[in-house]
Amino acid sequence: MSLLGVHDLAVARGGMRAVEGVSFTLDAGQALILRGPNGVGKTTLLRTVAGLQPPVAGRIEMADDSVAYAAHADGLKGALTVAENLRFWARVFGGQVGAAVQAMNLGGLADRPAASLSAGQKRRLGLARLMVTGRPIWVLDEPTVSLDADSVALFAAAIRAHLAGGGAALMATHIDLALDEAGALDLSAYRARPGKVDRPAGFNEAFA
Amino acid sequence: MIALLLRDLTLATRAGGGFGLGLAFFLILCTLVPFGVGPQGATLALIAPGILWVGALLACLLSLDRIFALDFEDGSLDLLATAPIPLEGVVATKALAHWITTGLPLVVAAPMFGLLLQLPSGAVPWLMVSMLIGTPALSMLGAFGAALTVGLRRGGLLMSLLVLPLYIPTLIFGAEVIRRGTEGGSLATPLAFLAGITAATLALIPFAAAAALRVNLR
Repeated sequence: MSLLGVHDLAVARGGMRAVEGVSFTLDAGQALILRGPNGVGKTTLLRTVAGLQPPVAGRIEMADDSVAYAAHADGLKGALTVAENLRFWARVFGGQVGAAVQAMNLGGLADRPAASLSAGQKRRLGLARLMVTGRPIWVLDEPTVSLDADSVALFAAAIRAHLAGGGAALMATHIDLALDEAGALDLSAYRARPGKVDRPAGFNEAFA
Repeated sequence: MIALLLRDLTLATRAGGGFGLGLAFFLILCTLVPFGVGPQGATLALIAPGILWVGALLACLLSLDRIFALDFEDGSLDLLATAPIPLEGVVATKALAHWITTGLPLVVAAPMFGLLLQLPSGAVPWLMVSMLIGTPALSMLGAFGAALTVGLRRGGLLMSLLVLPLYIPTLIFGAEVIRRGTEGGSLATPLAFLAGITAATLALIPFAAAAALRVNLR
């Protein structure tokens, strides 16, 4: 049984179909990197998988409450300290803070207000939040924005540890994470054409 | 949900959180009215119930756009929507936090503001009762307005236009409780209506606001 199964998925942004006919599965220990030019629909697809918007067509199969979503915005409160931010999300999701602080090298920053962090440090805190959720599927949208080379390596290590622990990751990124085990899916091949188009076979069968 | 409540309360008391802003606004409003109307006690006592409730509505309105807009901007709302807490629970919790930081201080400070407006002392308990029963409805209705306008830039003004008409029933019955309390009339009807409005908003708004949030998050 795979953690995440996506079948013939079509997603729309602003009423326009972005991509359609996307199918893939993620088993425990697998990672998939979405590629494609800006605007092809990577973020929209990720938001749909995370359950923030409904799919236009197709199915997404996974257990309830199994996705941890991280987007461009980290969801941090500047007035709270690093530790308070993490503790809040840990209490909401029922996870543990300690390991996440170590994995993302935030130990020295724990008592600093999040507002005083640099962009890269905020990003690391946002990624540490993923670890406190304790959820098996990480859905990551451009997770490495504003990270330096060391932090990217730190992040790749965190993903490897997550995969080794039986998790899965679906992410959109433009840089090379040196995650050799991760598969890649280029979304430009699934770009929805405007107007009346031949739907993929699975789509027609569903309504036959 | 307790974690969310505690976080919102902490944020409200930290720098830039706006705790006490509504209270200060209420104070200024109640100080301005005697300047405008004149210091005659009889006139002030006559209009005091209405002024106190209009002041409470406006003070409440000041901080409404903070309920969801800040969490929307920094991405917390996306994360809360994928969290194990149902979105209805998020709405109810955030409305409760808004009431504790805005409505409750108004209830506690209302007798002092009544004094500024020459409200007869016999009416003060009823002022507090009507505020205590009525202000939760203001926070709930406000949460609905905030949820509807969460994705909009400069949504605050539109939200005021949406929310203020919904406040009218609470305003009418809230002021009526104080007025009848002053004159010694029967209080049962306005109190029942005031409590009924609050109970209805408590029961229905979390679902309506959560539905609005889901649409706005797409």
